Amino acid sequence: MNDDTIALRADGLYKVFGRHADEAVIALHRGTPRDELGAGTTAAVIDASFEVRRGEIFVVMGLSGSGKSTLIRMLNGLHEATAGTVEVGGESITDVSPKRLREIRRKRVSMVFQHFALLPHRTVIDNVAYGLEIQGMPLDQRIAKARQVTEIVGLKGWEEKHPSELSGGMQQRVGLARALAADTDVLLMDEAFSALDPLIRREMQDQLLELQAELGKTIIFITHDLNEAMYIGDRIAVMRDGRIVQIGSPEDILTNPANDYVEQFVQDVDRTKVLTAESVMRKPRAVVHVGAGPRAALTLMRDEQLAGAYVVNKDRTIVGWVRDRDVFDLVRRGVKDLSTVIQSDHGAVANDTALADLFIPSLEAALPLGVLDSRERLVGVIPRVTLLAALGGEPEAAVQAAPRPDPMPTAEVDQVLEAAVGAGTPETKEAI
Amino acid sequence: MEFRIPVGTWIDSFFDWLEDTFSWFFEGLREVFIQLFDAVAWIFATPPELVVVAVVAIGALLARGWRFALGSALGLLFIIGVDQWDNAIDSLALVLVAAFLAVVLSVPLGIWAARNDTVSKVVKPVMDFLQTLPAFVYLIPALALFRVGVAPGVIATIVFAMAPGVRLTELGIRGVDKEVVEAGQAFGAHPRRILRQIQIPLAMPSIMAGINQIIMLSLSMVVIAGFVGAGGLGGDVVQAVSALNGRLGWEAGLSVVVLAILLDRFTASFGRGMGLYSRWRKARRARTEAAEQARFDAEESEAPTATAAPGLGV
Repeated sequence: MNDDTIALRADGLYKVFGRHADEAVIALHRGTPRDELGAGTTAAVIDASFEVRRGEIFVVMGLSGSGKSTLIRMLNGLHEATAGTVEVGGESITDVSPKRLREIRRKRVSMVFQHFALLPHRTVIDNVAYGLEIQGMPLDQRIAKARQVTEIVGLKGWEEKHPSELSGGMQQRVGLARALAADTDVLLMDEAFSALDPLIRREMQDQLLELQAELGKTIIFITHDLNEAMYIGDRIAVMRDGRIVQIGSPEDILTNPANDYVEQFVQDVDRTKVLTAESVMRKPRAVVHVGAGPRAALTLMRDEQLAGAYVVNKDRTIVGWVRDRDVFDLVRRGVKDLSTVIQSDHGAVANDTALADLFIPSLEAALPLGVLDSRERLVGVIPRVTLLAALGGEPEAAVQAAPRPDPMPTAEVDQVLEAAVGAGTPETKEAI
Repeated sequence: MEFRIPVGTWIDSFFDWLEDTFSWFFEGLREVFIQLFDAVAWIFATPPELVVVAVVAIGALLARGWRFALGSALGLLFIIGVDQWDNAIDSLALVLVAAFLAVVLSVPLGIWAARNDTVSKVVKPVMDFLQTLPAFVYLIPALALFRVGVAPGVIATIVFAMAPGVRLTELGIRGVDKEVVEAGQAFGAHPRRILRQIQIPLAMPSIMAGINQIIMLSLSMVVIAGFVGAGGLGGDVVQAVSALNGRLGWEAGLSVVVLAILLDRFTASFGRGMGLYSRWRKARRARTEAAEQARFDAEESEAPTATAAPGLGV
């Protein structure tokens, strides 16, 4: 793989605490389960390998005790790897002198902590400038730069306050600003938003995504919250008992879980926020070309038993939709052109729309909801049953959906009811 | 019973050997202690008594407030009233010298123990030993090595009082939030810099409690040091006990109490933000911070685009 695109690479990382660490690595490598290592030896991270691309948000997700915090601390050498290598920007950090390691930390990797880890005896601006101070930047410069970053994270006017005067969310903004000010390529975030209220957390997530889009940092984000992982992650590594069990995009993990554990884990995810229209849509059963005449259109709808169909141009860009009875009229009147009955309010959605935003359009659309790609081409449709099935976690179930029974004709029902009243059975009436 | 471990003899002969071999060293150390003691005692003894009382009262006002100032003035006047002023000054000088040396030794030792588990494992039992051995037992070798006078008092006091300083310093530094220390490491700070900028400032309350304990233990040891001719209030107490002189015993004893309260309250207020001095300091800092903030805000309104985002390169 091209090294320029890789910001950080971990290869065969092991971290074993306690005695006989090296032997334990060999045993684990041979396949010994980690709970058979013997007392006093704990394997926190087992054979972790992954690559993080430049400008990507890579999320490591796992429950507490899965080794994710140990893993992130190995990426900047806070924990020394028992075996394996870590490369940051193409340079190994696992076998360098302490001096070189400190330089790499100053220039290449910064970190945001779960409980903020601000220096309580310093003001906000001095905290933000801390990394620059260690880099050896002169006072005026670092204060100027720290002020810029403080403003970016939305703390302008709080520069001379102390951390204890700030709310949790603001304190973490200081933590984030401190890491951003150091101006490193890679940003490690250890459960950075886990200690915050849900509302503040969502706000910070949005802000992080904004900043990332603006600054293009490579972010490695640790979390135990799958919804958070799915929301901010470009790719997610799921950890369990020290091992990485799956690496993939949020949709990958949701739709193709690697094993039962991941599957169980993703059960609780709010699918409607992760899955997109594209991932649940079906091929449209029939589309009418705008050039085709009413007769061709009517034949198609009859063959497919449809009450209406989408109308597209030759290049599949959408024009609108037609109703069968309108086309029927046209055929009866012998009109050769479809355009008079095409309705333009097709209500189709973009293919990257989250499931959560499909429900109302789906209700409003007369036909199965259309899905368009970025060039306005009709690439699929989502019948309401498919939407329900996707929500239930089994998109395939839509195929087996029982057709809804048509109600009996009102005239026949009335007739039977009349007859029943005539026979005089009051109990039935009460029962109704 | 034939079986007997002659440990007392061993230790005693060890000290004999120490005395014979390093007498030049102990002689030099003795000189240093005596000089230090004389210097401190001179500072307190030279001005008129009431001037010292006034200075202490002003110090008390700055450190804790007017109530403590009043109390300390009354306490010192009481000492003058029972004619123990000279003794009290001798004891105070002894405490200050011994406590100063104990702090100089114990705080770095505590820091070292906090950063190195092996050192910690060695230091812990040694401190237990030093703290639990009856205080009088120190006096015998101290007397042998330093001869009668102030010097054995100082050395016995240092040894006896060091333990809490070491312990509380180690505890304080180990107790600093691990994440904050990690933050220092993660941004590439040198361990010495982390110690100076993060660990010591955050461990300060604990270190100060250790220093307070050192001073209090020094004071209690100083009285015992009366037995080896260290003089001061301890000397009078010892004399009162041997002569069954109740009057002298009470007067010297109560003077010790006054001194103890004074020293405890003074040292307990360090770093706790009490009194006029810390109020001034806080106000001054708040002023500079407010001024700085005002300057930031003013610059902001003058040049609203000057601090926009683009400077933050990637």
